[in-house]
Amino acid sequence: MFEYAPAPESVRPEIKEHYGLFVDGEFVDGEAVFKSVNPATEEVLFTVAEAGAADVAKAVAAARRAQEAVWGPMSGAERGKYLFRIARLLQERSREFAVAESLDNGKPIKETRDFDVPTAAQHFFYHAGWADKLAYAGLGADPRPLGVIGQVIPWNFPILMLAWKIAPALACGNTVVLKPAETTPLTALMFAELCQEADLPPGVVNILPGAGATGAALVDADVDKVAFTGSTAVGRAIAKSIAGSKKKVTLELGGKAANIVFDDAAIDQAVEGIVNGIFFNQGHVCCAGSRLLVQESVADEVLSRLKERVATLRVGDPLDKNTDIGAINSAEQLERITALTETGRGEGADVWQPACDLPENGFWFRPTVFTGVQQSMRIAREEIFGPVLSVLTFRTPDEAIAKANNTPYGLSAGVWTEKGSKILWAAERLRAGVVWANTFNQFDAASPFGGLKESGYGREGGRQGLEAYLDV
Amino acid sequence: MSERLRVKKTYKLYVGGKFPRSESGRSYPVTSPDGAELANAALASRKDARDAVAAARKAQRPWAGQTAYLRGQILYRAAEMLEGRAGQFAEELADATGAEPHAALGTVEQAIDRLVHYAGWTDKYASVLGGANPVAGPYFNHTKPEPLGVVAVLAPQDDPFLGLVEALAPAIAAGNTVVVLSSEAKPLPALSFGEVLATSDLPGGVVNLLSGNVAEVAPHLAAHADVNGIDLGGVEDAALAAELEAAAAGTLKVVRRPGKVGDSLALLRQWTEYKTVWHPAGMAAAAGGGY
Repeated sequence: MFEYAPAPESVRPEIKEHYGLFVDGEFVDGEAVFKSVNPATEEVLFTVAEAGAADVAKAVAAARRAQEAVWGPMSGAERGKYLFRIARLLQERSREFAVAESLDNGKPIKETRDFDVPTAAQHFFYHAGWADKLAYAGLGADPRPLGVIGQVIPWNFPILMLAWKIAPALACGNTVVLKPAETTPLTALMFAELCQEADLPPGVVNILPGAGATGAALVDADVDKVAFTGSTAVGRAIAKSIAGSKKKVTLELGGKAANIVFDDAAIDQAVEGIVNGIFFNQGHVCCAGSRLLVQESVADEVLSRLKERVATLRVGDPLDKNTDIGAINSAEQLERITALTETGRGEGADVWQPACDLPENGFWFRPTVFTGVQQSMRIAREEIFGPVLSVLTFRTPDEAIAKANNTPYGLSAGVWTEKGSKILWAAERLRAGVVWANTFNQFDAASPFGGLKESGYGREGGRQGLEAYLDV
Repeated sequence: MSERLRVKKTYKLYVGGKFPRSESGRSYPVTSPDGAELANAALASRKDARDAVAAARKAQRPWAGQTAYLRGQILYRAAEMLEGRAGQFAEELADATGAEPHAALGTVEQAIDRLVHYAGWTDKYASVLGGANPVAGPYFNHTKPEPLGVVAVLAPQDDPFLGLVEALAPAIAAGNTVVVLSSEAKPLPALSFGEVLATSDLPGGVVNLLSGNVAEVAPHLAAHADVNGIDLGGVEDAALAAELEAAAAGTLKVVRRPGKVGDSLALLRQWTEYKTVWHPAGMAAAAGGGY
């Protein structure tokens, strides 16, 4: 194959040495300070204030004042104009955000540049247009904001998850207090600066970096709604803690998606889809196609082409434009991936990894394919959240559906076949909130995303996503 | 000549299309508000609740797989059957609540009209709630509502018939199956409603009706892993409602809290999930991702 010369991204965003909490339109000190490291080098990128319970209370109070005095009473058209302005500023500064995201998160620049940041901007642009049209959303004639929203987002798509949370909340007339993940606060803090640049009224958006304790304090605070994206275990705890209160909740949780390849699929396209399904964003994707279900009659062919393809993936420097797989986000996540992979070996599955050099520093994991996987194995049941694919086979379409649905999760699924009626037949039966037919990992602001069963409740994006932020 | 001896009805549960007694063999006396004995009702146990969930689960896929048109006709048929027995239900409701016979008949008529209303929703709500999404790429992207699955309904205590019909009709109209725990003190109209449903071509297991103690049965429904949603409308004790919601969080059930109101479309939405399907619409999209 071809040899590639390094093609590093040359733009460097201005990263401050220290960031405060963003409360009521100002950066302020917090209770403690923590460091954010570059997972590709383990170097400290900056320090950041950590919000304690008192900071949470202050931010929620600021959000309350802003909601009642400014943002709630403002006309939808004016609110929309602020959101359009934010979308434009984000587009304008997109390269800067993309590089910052790659530095703080470890994901490849080709993804942050071509997917994360543009899609985040699209979410603001899309929801900006809803702000003065909410009565037409089909949710009732007089939709009203809920009030103050507490939002907690994960580290896998930091700026995009922020956009998924903040854009619809603001469009619907709510104000927000958002906690970015502890390992990836950078683009959220840059977004806070962008809010200042957009002259967004103080208190409408508040950003509180911190870890689990900060998130728990936010859930317990005087908010009207909690919106969370993250693990099913934490989602359960949140649902439990708000029981008996008036707080509303939406939860976007884990997944163990089946990606089904039928014998009449276009094999080369399916192989691209399998690769995209599990190795996009190092597999740090709740809807990743982590269980490949391939029809027995084509299994050998699919697997040999898949391995050939995976062997060409380039693992390494996230800022190299040729990189396909970047760094694992944290030492903790690397440990989890490693441990679950070990259980796969222990339970008797066959492991395959391409030979590829990994950088000396930083957190890295080779793309991994397990074959001979049984449904009872942990690698077939638990979310690994890493570049690890578990391959199972099936003989009949009914068996494929039964295996696909044999999971407490229900976030996404993939179907590969050239036969249209079979796509519709399978899509009808798959218990998943999103089904990709002959494609995988597509996202759009106009398309509702979210899961069934233990993958949570509520949708984000589209007309259906507005319900999460409206009193109807 | 002595007067003819009246044949009294044994009020039983309605589970899986059959009318069993409680497997526990227990029953409890049901009285009118002024204390007159009306009948004994089966006192459902944990096992009855689990049997009902199993029946509801078994019936769910076939029910959701029926055409919306057929589901609508079956709901309309239930309205027809109820209309024919409106007098009986008015009497049972008056006995249960102490309402004037005329007012009780009015309530039964409202319940009939609600069934007709939801009969008309079955083949429309999907087009109202779903649709095509204009995504920024060469894809046909379509969202449609799907039933949540099995819904446990804790029916209102003081509105034992209309309230129960209002709670279960949107759930089954949207393709869910239900396990209903009827009003604890006033279960008889609900149990008779099973006879209406059984003669409406509604497949067995789509609606399962239990009578019994809320504090005893509800926790098992709230914790049951095969229940997808729970309506706490009939839980009057706020502490118990909070406990049930916390138990429901264990398997992330959709919860409708007591006192939550909404129009019929909001009630249909409550027990609905959205499924979004992406289809490539062009050779560029079919060629896969950027790897």
